[in-house]
Amino acid sequence: MKASGKVFKYGDNVDTDVIIPARYLNAPDPAELAKHCMEDIDIDFAKNVKKGDIIVANKNFGCGSSREHAPISIKASGVSCVIAETFARIFYRNSINIGLPIIECPEAAKAIENGDEVEVDFDSGKIYDRTKGTEYQGQAFPEFMQKIIKAEGLINYINNK
Amino acid sequence: MGMTMTQKILAAHAGLPEVKAGQLIEADLDLVLGNDVTSPVAIGEMKKMKVDGVFDKEKIAIVLDHFTPNKDIKSAELCKCAKEFAYKNDITNFFETGEVGIEHALLPEKGLVVAGNVVIGADSHTCTYGALGAFSTGVGSTDMAAGMATGKAWFKVPSALKFVLTGKPAKWVSGKDVILHIIGMIGVDGALYKSMEFTGDGIAYLSMDDRLAMANMAIEAGGKNGIFPVDDVTIEYMKEHSVKEYTVYEADEDAEYDEVYTIDLSKLKPTVAFPHLPENTKTIDEVGDIKIDQVVIGSCTNGRIEDLRAAANIMKGKKVAKGVRVIVIPATQAIYLQAIEEGLVTTFIQAGAAVSTPTCGPCLGGHMGILAKGERAVATTNRNFVGRMGDPESEVYLASPAVAAASAITGKISGPDEVM
Repeated sequence: MKASGKVFKYGDNVDTDVIIPARYLNAPDPAELAKHCMEDIDIDFAKNVKKGDIIVANKNFGCGSSREHAPISIKASGVSCVIAETFARIFYRNSINIGLPIIECPEAAKAIENGDEVEVDFDSGKIYDRTKGTEYQGQAFPEFMQKIIKAEGLINYINNK
Repeated sequence: MGMTMTQKILAAHAGLPEVKAGQLIEADLDLVLGNDVTSPVAIGEMKKMKVDGVFDKEKIAIVLDHFTPNKDIKSAELCKCAKEFAYKNDITNFFETGEVGIEHALLPEKGLVVAGNVVIGADSHTCTYGALGAFSTGVGSTDMAAGMATGKAWFKVPSALKFVLTGKPAKWVSGKDVILHIIGMIGVDGALYKSMEFTGDGIAYLSMDDRLAMANMAIEAGGKNGIFPVDDVTIEYMKEHSVKEYTVYEADEDAEYDEVYTIDLSKLKPTVAFPHLPENTKTIDEVGDIKIDQVVIGSCTNGRIEDLRAAANIMKGKKVAKGVRVIVIPATQAIYLQAIEEGLVTTFIQAGAAVSTPTCGPCLGGHMGILAKGERAVATTNRNFVGRMGDPESEVYLASPAVAAASAITGKISGPDEVM
């Protein structure tokens, strides 16, 4: 499994309130949520993001509320992977459960810049910055997590078993 | 090697003699919680699961507290979806407007959580019940769905930070000030993936409402859970509120902690978290001149009776500053009624504050007190992220009920000493 796309880069402590503000939680349809994804931190994100693009951020990405609407809105935006130094724990769990690939890699998260073209190999955990010509070793997904992501989430994975 | 208090509770619920930090376990759940925002998503996931019904109708709580009383048609549809599910599955602990309270104030009050329990909730502040000596943690809607169907959840056993609290807090220092101080010290990811275990002789000076406010905000330091030892205060609270059997777990003396912090409560001052992170703390004497437009006293952190008493004590016989909107939200119907009987509601209304039915409303920028661009609020809530209470260019300052009440009177962020 691989992902590749253009990077949208953010800083520390990107919280779930800016990923999807609570004023949109009354309509949990993924396509509807995607329209407002990252709105309070990057008003143009929904307009500019293309299928396959990658979010890169620093520490504690996804902190705050447990709203699963946050990873759902990112996934529905077409984002193929989120790379961060660290993730908040509920966000991490929710992302796996809904089948949004996320990788912790402090070196990559620090070095990769906005607009870089990046490729991620989920089997090896390798991250390639094609713009800079650099390579990083992220945490590879255990097999069962890859299966959940391939199945598009925990529920389908359980159903398919 | 010994186990922490959290590890002991998890081991017992996984049917294992011992567990270690990092170990993956499957634990039995004593309660699965959801609200009007997260339950409908979980119900959608459950429908995909092809399971028939819930694992135990007594062990699920659905609390419609966020966008209620229904703020718009879309929110009404979410509540309707949750209600239909609750009725169809005969969920015992279903609460809507009229009976509802803010979930993390309501569940302990109704006696639905006791010491030794394992609880998951599709709300990040589910960690509140650690105040009662339970393991409780926030999850997402998919985990809630799996929990409702199977009565189990998988966990990675957390390591722990130990906070040894000593001494007696000064007059205006509450549990909220203690936890803001701790978050300021370790940062919003200082306890990432970890338990925060509170201990020490200072705990004897913290009431149950103080402890609930502290455990509530463990998530604001990134913690998986926050937990207090069970003492006379806990046992008295459980006897008053619950008929459920409780189990007391204690950390082993040789339990291993990633860090141990000792905090002298007598040295702490009222503390305020500046925008836009709970870790941006200043003590009240460092705050400076910050004018405000709104005050919110309420939420799952600080909407309990002691919080309202502290605020009313300061506001009694005084008037809210001209130009400041003050919104007081008792966290449950029982607290609301008690506040009426004790004359607190009269005090608030005479001072010029609005008093609302229980709701999470303004805390998450839902309704009942949204900020315009450039406006500032002092709130007894738990998060001050960008746009949390309204416009992305508004600001939230987190504080105790005493500081919020004093600020309501002066119209700027103020300590209680300024008005008393």
